[in-house]
Amino acid sequence: MSGTNNPGGEHQLPREHYLNATYGIRSWLLTTDHKRIALLYLASVTFFFFVGGIFATLIRIHLLTPAGYLVTPETYNKLFTMHGVAMIFFFLIPSIPAVLGNFLIPIMVGAKDLAFPKINLLSWYIYVVGGCFVLYSFATGGLDTGWTFYTPLSSIYSNAAVTPAVIGIFINGFSSILTGLNFLVTVHTMRAPGMTWFRLPLFVWAHYATSLIMILGTPVIAITLLLAGLERMFHFGFFNPAYGGDPILFQHLFWFYSHPAVYIMILPAMGVISEIIPTFVRKPIFGYSFIAASSIGIAVIGFIVWAHHMFLTGEATYAAIAFSFLSYLVAIPSAVKVFNWTSTLYKGSISWDTPMLYALGFIGLFTIGGLTGLFLACLGLDIHLHDTYFVIAHFHYIMVGGAVMGYVGGLHFWWPKITGRLYPEFLARTAAIILFVGFNLTFFPQFILGGLGMPRRYHNYPPEFQVLNVMSTAGASILALGYLLPMIYLTWSMRYGKIAGPNPWPATGLEWKTASPPLTENFHETPVVDWEPYDFVHRPDLGLTGSKPKLPGKLSPAHGDD
Amino acid sequence: MHRTGELYGQYKTLDQQKETATLGMWIFLVTEILFFGGVFLTYSINRHQYPTAFGVGGNMLDLFLGGANTVVLIASSFTMAMSVWSAQTSKKAWVTLFLIATLILGTVFLGVKVVEYKQKFDHHLIPGHGFDITYCSKSPAAVCGLSEKEHADEVKEVKDAIETEGGVTALNAHAQLYFSLYFGMTGLHALHMIVGAGLLLWLILESRKGRFDANYNTPVENIGLYWHFVDIVWIFLFPLLYLINRHLA
Amino acid sequence: MSENGHHIVSPKIYAAILAALLLGTWLTVQAAKIDLGRWNIVLALLIATIKMSLVILFFMHGKYSPKRTQIVIVSGFFWLAIMLGLTLTDYTTRHPEPSRSANPPAIAIHRA
Repeated sequence: MSGTNNPGGEHQLPREHYLNATYGIRSWLLTTDHKRIALLYLASVTFFFFVGGIFATLIRIHLLTPAGYLVTPETYNKLFTMHGVAMIFFFLIPSIPAVLGNFLIPIMVGAKDLAFPKINLLSWYIYVVGGCFVLYSFATGGLDTGWTFYTPLSSIYSNAAVTPAVIGIFINGFSSILTGLNFLVTVHTMRAPGMTWFRLPLFVWAHYATSLIMILGTPVIAITLLLAGLERMFHFGFFNPAYGGDPILFQHLFWFYSHPAVYIMILPAMGVISEIIPTFVRKPIFGYSFIAASSIGIAVIGFIVWAHHMFLTGEATYAAIAFSFLSYLVAIPSAVKVFNWTSTLYKGSISWDTPMLYALGFIGLFTIGGLTGLFLACLGLDIHLHDTYFVIAHFHYIMVGGAVMGYVGGLHFWWPKITGRLYPEFLARTAAIILFVGFNLTFFPQFILGGLGMPRRYHNYPPEFQVLNVMSTAGASILALGYLLPMIYLTWSMRYGKIAGPNPWPATGLEWKTASPPLTENFHETPVVDWEPYDFVHRPDLGLTGSKPKLPGKLSPAHGDD
Repeated sequence: MHRTGELYGQYKTLDQQKETATLGMWIFLVTEILFFGGVFLTYSINRHQYPTAFGVGGNMLDLFLGGANTVVLIASSFTMAMSVWSAQTSKKAWVTLFLIATLILGTVFLGVKVVEYKQKFDHHLIPGHGFDITYCSKSPAAVCGLSEKEHADEVKEVKDAIETEGGVTALNAHAQLYFSLYFGMTGLHALHMIVGAGLLLWLILESRKGRFDANYNTPVENIGLYWHFVDIVWIFLFPLLYLINRHLA
Repeated sequence: MSENGHHIVSPKIYAAILAALLLGTWLTVQAAKIDLGRWNIVLALLIATIKMSLVILFFMHGKYSPKRTQIVIVSGFFWLAIMLGLTLTDYTTRHPEPSRSANPPAIAIHRA
């Protein structure tokens, strides 16, 4: 079994680390330690994942039969809306940045904490307050507007609890903005000596690009929802045709953020993959600078394609052609990443540990999701595929097959660092495969359904679509098992897992030179970086010298390096 | 992270701390550019669609009060910049004095806005059920505090507008759009000013402890950046809301 | 790299900028009273932009700030321009469909 530690018993947990440095609930709720804040986020995003998952379950059960007997049509509208709102705003957007990014970025750049630790804690509280507003909305009538909140349904005609939800998402936006601001400033001003831009881990580059999007895009959704909320509360008429307002304006403002938002959701996962692949292939990543540049490229180009969500609103042909072309363009940097990850595998020493399984799954599923995006960017095809299950399958391949697998894979990869313990490997690999199978069974039939014309957001469908829908629901139950298993064994491992030691894989980032779990201040002394990233050959400090990687048993603990 | 003097624990030097704080404030201001940008976009689209209604609405704003407020805010930006200069040259007493001047000017601005908002309420220009853009022109001049000439001008303007728009209902609908934007934009701006006033108050109290000098004045400078930004927003709001069709008046 | 105390802007410059801003305000009010048709808005925005630039360059020390800060400022406006500009490309190229109820088609449409 390559890539794992020598048999347990050799490693001890460090005597003092960030988890036991202080005790009591106040030390957690008033912490400014980025690692503890990451765990606070872990708890809250997991909670919202459950909430969104419950709605997904209800949707899939309802869609087992063509006539749909589980819920009324009005309730069905609420189910898919609340599924989308919970998953997108409260799980996907924060997940990797707020959990893994918060935990790792300061350590990866060699700092004691983020640039603004108190603002980091404030971000979490803002997230919680926003979440409470949205939960209140869910509990007092729900939302039936679709997660896209198109006006005038959301601002005038809906009888659901739109106002608290809109307030909640508005508030939550500031959590995103402050996190992005913190990351940007940290990467600029808090790097350790020797940590130049091109020695940064690609995880950091990915989060830097993500933070650019958070800063530039999120304020626009904030003002948009504020205007829609004002329209609903005070009958201002910006988007109301009766006053001469324009629903299309809402769509422009909404999608100006919400398209770049999907890159907020995927870029961090790509950063995770860029860390996992070199580790389990034992060689440097292929084309480091191209991957770094492509992250920035995706962030920038992602801002000029939004009107591809509006092809069917009466856009002029030439405007549509321009946006279609730009949408094809934005696929190129993503493709660059996929090519580079794949090239990294060539002549590498591949090991099949759980994080690697998730990473390989990501590459395949993201490719499918990304390519089907190009189908939708094609004007002629979009006329038929818009608002069908093809779109749903497309974005779930990217969001779930991509982002969520990146998140779960990243959790596994850094779990030893976060908790000091290893998860059970065999069970974890099994769960990864179950997840992969369940996912494809759930969403591949939806491509076919969409191509055949089944519309999205409909509570019923023609009987000839039933077989595929049943397949999809069956897949969903397997997928659910694939999620439940890690939740169970990861929790179990926090107490009973094998002690991991500082660098179980081994990997080459700065975070693997600290103890597992790390000290509150991360490092005893400020590290000085004089190595290139993903160098598995010239790292004597990690016990890696010469062409053949040494067994991990020779690794020196982090303390001895100072 | 603990603080030693003015240096917080996660930083290595005061220089790094200042660099970090200033970069953070500038990035925050960029988010504010995009935030206000959304409502400026809404304004642009709607004004392009309904120039007549926007012109009529704009002329119902008090040009003198708006202009005076602009002068007040620009002056407050000057006093804020002077406060930063005082800190950079370690003139600690002047830091506090200029900050107080800035706060006073900011408060004057907000007071004038209250007066203006009340005026709108009295003239039936709050969007909603009671909205009626013809209220002042229908009533005698004294009701809305207009001179005879101003009243006559407004009567003519409203009459022409009704004809261009094709009826009172249409004019009222589109004028409500204008006033929704007026209240939305100036309200958002005023909210930012209130936050700014709070920050100024904190700065004043801290400066009285003698905390800011040539070695350490980051909060003064960064809150100054925020204050100047709020001034810039008004520099655009003033012509866009108050100076639409003044050549007709 | 910091902008700490490397350049202290003198009160004279601040006073000059104040005067310029007040002059700009007076100018924009006067310009609004002249009928220039669709150039009124252009002129008003131009004056406002100049005033804004003065505030950024001098009051906010933009002129004396490190390159990175200047890039941040420019990026903010660049992104604003993307939002305004690209949205307007849609608005200026749309051609509203003529109303069917105002001009009913010659063929009767049967409803099932």
